[in-house]
Amino acid sequence: MTEQIAFWPLAIILVGSALAVVLSKNLFHAVLWLALALTGTAGIFLLLDAEFLAAVQLLLYAGGIITIVVFAIVVTERLIGERLTQTNMRIGGAVLVCAVLLGFIVVVLRRHALPAVRPEMPGDLTRLIGQTVLTQYVLPFELLAVLMLAGMLGAIYFARPED
Amino acid sequence: MIGLQQYLILSAVVFCIGLFGVMTRRNTIGILLGIELMMNAVNINLVAFSRYTAAVSGMIFTVFTICITVTEAALGLAIVILLFRVRRTVMADHLDLLKG
Repeated sequence: MTEQIAFWPLAIILVGSALAVVLSKNLFHAVLWLALALTGTAGIFLLLDAEFLAAVQLLLYAGGIITIVVFAIVVTERLIGERLTQTNMRIGGAVLVCAVLLGFIVVVLRRHALPAVRPEMPGDLTRLIGQTVLTQYVLPFELLAVLMLAGMLGAIYFARPED
Repeated sequence: MIGLQQYLILSAVVFCIGLFGVMTRRNTIGILLGIELMMNAVNINLVAFSRYTAAVSGMIFTVFTICITVTEAALGLAIVILLFRVRRTVMADHLDLLKG
């Protein structure tokens, strides 16, 4: 019942802030709108009974990515000495491509019968995620750790001070 | 009743908006923001499918996607900063060094 009340407002917030991300002239405002969109997605995750993923989404995305993007904007804007303007070009073609893609996806989704009722989840979802990650998916998990280490080392190497 | 279809359509809308952002932004950081939106839509898809089929694998895959996206954003922004240092611009249409 709460799902039906909360879904449409969350969907409106998500779509509206996503539109603001791509349309706002000021890049800094776009990042703040992105923060709202990511928080709205965390709400959608909560509606889908994925509390752990909502927390991860808030911590990593809304906390982490927003911080580094703001940092990058500050670094590139202060040196350039002027506001970063967002003049769009080829808007017509982009609108056409996106509208066609969206129409195609919606038509395909409408044609197929998709489940409307959720099956019961077996037990506590967060506990289940933790157990499955550390048993069945332990190798991808360790590979992910290596990937993140390599990514962080690469980022530090790229952004090292000039010598 | 909110079914799987509504979630999938919502995520398709967010994906297309992100794609629009990637295609129209001139600023490299703006393009990265569009990519984040698209990744986000993919995550909604994965979690929705996972919930409506009662299979936990989709949610675990979402954890992996989120981590990879964060790494990608950190690396992408490092490249943007490096690019700015070398070329003094982050506008994608000014970065045409490989143009013949």
